[in-house]
Amino acid sequence: MNTDRLIDMLSTNLEPVKPGRVWRTLVWALVVGLVAAFGVMLATVGVRSEFDSETHWIFMALKLLFTMSLIGTGAVFLIRSMSPGRASRKLLPLVLVPFLVIGLAGVAALALAVARSESCTAMMMGMRWQTCLLCIPFFAIIPFAALIWALRQGAPTNLTRAGAIAGLVAGALGATAYAFHCGDDSLPFIAIWYGGSIALCTFIGAMLGPKLLRW
Amino acid sequence: MDQAAHPNEQELRALMISGLDGDGAAHRALLERLSGHLRGYFKHRFARIGHGPMEAEDLVQEALMAIHTRRHTYDRSQPLTPWVYAIARYKFLDYLRRTKASFRDVPIEDATEVMARDDSSGIDSGLDLERLMAGLSSKARQAIQCVKLDGLSVRETAEKCGMSESAVKVSVHRGLRALAVLIGREKGT
Repeated sequence: MNTDRLIDMLSTNLEPVKPGRVWRTLVWALVVGLVAAFGVMLATVGVRSEFDSETHWIFMALKLLFTMSLIGTGAVFLIRSMSPGRASRKLLPLVLVPFLVIGLAGVAALALAVARSESCTAMMMGMRWQTCLLCIPFFAIIPFAALIWALRQGAPTNLTRAGAIAGLVAGALGATAYAFHCGDDSLPFIAIWYGGSIALCTFIGAMLGPKLLRW
Repeated sequence: MDQAAHPNEQELRALMISGLDGDGAAHRALLERLSGHLRGYFKHRFARIGHGPMEAEDLVQEALMAIHTRRHTYDRSQPLTPWVYAIARYKFLDYLRRTKASFRDVPIEDATEVMARDDSSGIDSGLDLERLMAGLSSKARQAIQCVKLDGLSVRETAEKCGMSESAVKVSVHRGLRALAVLIGREKGT
């Protein structure tokens, strides 16, 4: 094929492009992902029954604060990685800040428990850490598919990194839904099992990225 | 990269933005100029790893296809050359990956390398448009043939093919994206 002919073909009857398509696609995927994660949560484990004491609400808020801050920072990197030449490696450690904060808070809570000679194991393992570790990645499946679809509408040039961030945000969306079920109220629990499951989703995303995102 | 790094940045960016707004002549001028830069870039890259000019032209065309089908990912408030460069570099690395060529000789370059130009025109690649088109769905093939190759308007095509105008637009859009994928696959095997 002749290059002039290709250029001819591409510029004949050119359609205009509306600005802002990239972020509209991403917002759409985030909304679909959140609704889907929530729906799967309702259909499987359901919302926790007891929402009586103030502590429940406080821990619920903390869980949501953690997941929302991950979704927020992750979304900024997703939108940048959809446009070639805009991904900034320098700012990437920002994603680690929420992990760091919850980790430190968890260690502080444990130290306090030691001082009061309470059981650390109960704080760390909670009642149902297995459910948490299973549910968050499971709830993250549809959000991950939605985010991969959105990334494919863009033009990511570092596929491992883009896949990892998609996994991170999907994991955080899954964790957001799981927070409405979760009955374990302790900071070390959030740090280990929420943080751990989201990190697992990030790792899986990084593995799948190069296969799913090629263009 | 700062905006001054590429001498043609302002001009190219103006062409790109007019093209995004639907100006076909500006889009053609942009692609023609970029093809010169891309040719220079890929020939230079390929010469270093011992590949010929025909393969470079394959990649010029693949990159032009990518620039066209992904142009919605260009943010109008940003400089254009880093965007073009990132696409060219991605396509080059992707080519090495799928042809299992050596990575050893790929140095870290900077965006100014897109400045290298080679304006030889009317060059053929090893790609065969007709054969690639055969890989499309019949609807997409028909739409691209009418709108993009025969130059019929969207409305004329819609009447001729018995599709709605929006269906024609969607078919052209999807068809071009599918063609971009087929081009990549053609060389990967």
